[in-house]
Amino acid sequence: MTMRAFTRRALGLAALAAASFAAAAPAVRDLKGGPAVNQLNLPPAVTQIAEDQQWLHHFMLIVCLVIFIAVFGVMFYSIFKHRKSLGARAAHFHESTTVEIAWTIVPFIIVILMALPATKVVVAMKDTSAADLTVKATGLQWKWGYDYLSGEGAGIGFLSTLDVAQREASDRGAPEGDDYLLRVDNPLVVPVNKKVRVILTAADVIHAWGVPSLGVKQDAIPGFVRDTWFRATEPGNYYGQCYELCGKEHAYMPIHVKVLAQQDYTAWASQKVKEAAAKADDPSKVWELAPLVARGEQVYSANCQVCHQANGQGGGNIKPLDASPTVLDADKTKQIHVVLNGQGGGAMPSWKQLSDTEIAAVVTFTKNHWSNATGQIVQPSEVAAARK
Amino acid sequence: MSAVIGHSGHGGTVDAAGHEHAHEEHHGAPHGWKRWVYATNHKDIGTMYLVFSFTMFLFGGVLALGIRTELFHPGLQFVNPQLFNQLTTMHGLIMVFGAIMPGFVGFANWLVPLMIGAPDMAFARMNNLSFWLLIPAAIMLAGSFLMPGGAPAAGWTIYAPLTLQMGPSMDAAIFALHILGASSIMGSINIIVTILNMRAPGMTLMKMPLFCWTWLITAYLLIAVMPVLAGAITMTLTDRHFGTTFFNPGGGGDPVMYQHIFWFFGHPEVYIMILPAFGIISAIIPAFARKRLFGYTSMVYATASIAILSFIVWAHHMFTTGMPVTGQLFFMYATMLIAVPTGVKVFNWIATMWRGSMTFETPMLWAVGFIFVFTMGGFTGLILAMAPIDIQLQDTYYVVAHFHYVLVAGSLFAMFGGVYYWGPKWTGVMYRESAGKFHFWTSLVFFNVTFFPMHFLGLAGMPRRYADYPLQFTDFNMLASIGAFGFGLSQVYFLFAVVLPMMRGKGAIAPQQPWEAAEGLEWEVPSPAPFHTFETPPQLNAAGTKIIGAAAGSAH
Repeated sequence: MTMRAFTRRALGLAALAAASFAAAAPAVRDLKGGPAVNQLNLPPAVTQIAEDQQWLHHFMLIVCLVIFIAVFGVMFYSIFKHRKSLGARAAHFHESTTVEIAWTIVPFIIVILMALPATKVVVAMKDTSAADLTVKATGLQWKWGYDYLSGEGAGIGFLSTLDVAQREASDRGAPEGDDYLLRVDNPLVVPVNKKVRVILTAADVIHAWGVPSLGVKQDAIPGFVRDTWFRATEPGNYYGQCYELCGKEHAYMPIHVKVLAQQDYTAWASQKVKEAAAKADDPSKVWELAPLVARGEQVYSANCQVCHQANGQGGGNIKPLDASPTVLDADKTKQIHVVLNGQGGGAMPSWKQLSDTEIAAVVTFTKNHWSNATGQIVQPSEVAAARK
Repeated sequence: MSAVIGHSGHGGTVDAAGHEHAHEEHHGAPHGWKRWVYATNHKDIGTMYLVFSFTMFLFGGVLALGIRTELFHPGLQFVNPQLFNQLTTMHGLIMVFGAIMPGFVGFANWLVPLMIGAPDMAFARMNNLSFWLLIPAAIMLAGSFLMPGGAPAAGWTIYAPLTLQMGPSMDAAIFALHILGASSIMGSINIIVTILNMRAPGMTLMKMPLFCWTWLITAYLLIAVMPVLAGAITMTLTDRHFGTTFFNPGGGGDPVMYQHIFWFFGHPEVYIMILPAFGIISAIIPAFARKRLFGYTSMVYATASIAILSFIVWAHHMFTTGMPVTGQLFFMYATMLIAVPTGVKVFNWIATMWRGSMTFETPMLWAVGFIFVFTMGGFTGLILAMAPIDIQLQDTYYVVAHFHYVLVAGSLFAMFGGVYYWGPKWTGVMYRESAGKFHFWTSLVFFNVTFFPMHFLGLAGMPRRYADYPLQFTDFNMLASIGAFGFGLSQVYFLFAVVLPMMRGKGAIAPQQPWEAAEGLEWEVPSPAPFHTFETPPQLNAAGTKIIGAAAGSAH
């Protein structure tokens, strides 16, 4: 600790000069589970993998330091002793096969010794089998969506967005708070000591989901599904950020993982499941146009926009919805049929898995958006009828 | 450079072997703008490449200072996040394709014919074309800032599908990269043909200076991978405009495939930017240690091994895309293997220094600085090669620190060393030793002030390409920004205290052999090097380092 305090003071002095140029740096303390002030090394590990990574890193640092001292010891000895100004006369040797072979083989052996422990960790990192809880994380420009797929809490789903006040503070150039740019509205909540498998995908461009304390980082790739896992050994809050350039707001889609003790998690999950049930749609409800269009817009941006685009123009072999004859057709079943069953040999996939309300909403939305102004309302009951 | 700007008086008066030259009228340097626009002389073209590359270096540096200014303090003060992404993207593209690559081609143009005793490059007019192609490409690239939506902002790696969201400047950048690629391929063909066909009698391949070897291998790498880049960006272009979906998941495309193709180009590209630097260092160290290069043969083999290995390590840039275990292991092992031939090179340089009789003029300072700082970049490379550690460090400032240690302290420092070492030969003027030393020490110190703290930022998890960051990262970012301005200013000093005086011919007159123990045919011709050299093949000594007379039948 004293060593740490010392380095911090030294760094503080170095930064003092810097600080005097600008307005005084905002006061900030370490964020537990996130970055520490002037942190010099990987953060404290909360998973076995993160611990292994740290061990490997220290192992590599030591090996590199030894090589560094040996190689540059020789070089600087030579620089100080074999100078013309000290009367050094150049030797004439310029070749030795023995030496060349030796300094090819020795590094080769060192490299193998480095690779062995790393191999073990790679294999462990990639083993996502037998998870207790599976969560899907979806990267969106610029927020994360979480869906609990299996395990305790299956069915829960929400979006996780950066705190709006912090985003505004960034624009004002007036940042503050220990969790600046790391505070979200809905953290990902998981139980302690359980193997959590995170399945990743994205809706628009590539994002990357990483939390240093947990030792995980995995790209979220549109159109593809990847996975990673962690088993946190301590309850607490752990923070990460998006690690793959994803456009303008790349710096503003943090990750907050809240690890709870088992009973706290159970309480949280049952609460969330109840809330979700309360919000679930009644398929027999008869909707007004405006709320149904609003609902449909959400469904559209979550499912359709990737291909058909926000402007409804599609692109390539993706057909435009704006001014589409099918969408404008007075016979509503035509479009419902396409959405339910797909068309074009799968170019438009089937969306059967969406609820009647969702399909009704999204069809209504497309019929009443862009230049489409049919005024038609598709009720969930009509979708239910078309399913038969 | 001076010689260059006003040396038609010297040009052609004395040929390499010291004979009075009969054809001065025909062979003197042409005058005025035609000399440059119609240039076919390898020295003029080399000069233009170097001036171009230094100009782009300053432009890219200004963009970097824009980045560092914004990051000096958390919160957005100067640029918005979109402009910030444009700055990082264009800084990368301009430094890689505008500064480092043409810089080394400039060195090759000036030095390869001189080193192997050839009168010029093999294809003089193609040489002219490959230079002049750079200009429209550079204008298009730099001008993209003025296009609607601003410059490309998808990172220098221009990953799909983010590229699909870019404005028209993306197409300009793609076109510019195509042209730059064509220029590189033509330059490479020229270098390969020159080296393989135009060596003076007695200059066997294994007697060539190592710089020619490293460039020969680099040229093959360029020919192999520039078309791969062209393919990747062409597919991006058709995805953007012609309805294809190579990389667009909306139509069944694969964004990860883009990364595979890009890095299949991108990793050899890294060695394209460092192998010629190895060649320069291998020329400087023996000259100032007054001792022959240790292990010449193994240096050649090590260079070739690095080049071959560079083709099978690309996916170490993609450990977080989610590869199967075997994929990660293969690319991890292959990457770590590269440490072996690279280590051999460092050991050979140090063995060359060992029991030499060293002096530390500016070129030697840059060479020793190169070995010291580049090797640190090598160590961080080894650490990043370990897939489990890379998971923590991928896309953080640790990576930024790593590749600036090998690209700035590697490629750039070697080029600076080369300018001080061969500058007297190019211009006929010595630089001021005190100015050179000042440039070196300020660059070295400020370089480390800028980039060393980035290792800590990366270990603490600060992602790269971020316009704003959590407050815990503030102090190191401030330090890095201060260092960046110091580094930038020392390059301005280099321009005014070294480059411009030498180009204007102000300074002590350089002797033919400014260095006590430099060997090679370039030191066998006067300073500045006459406009035409080796018009008749020289007769070489057994080592291929000295001229002992002109070939039979060449006397006028």
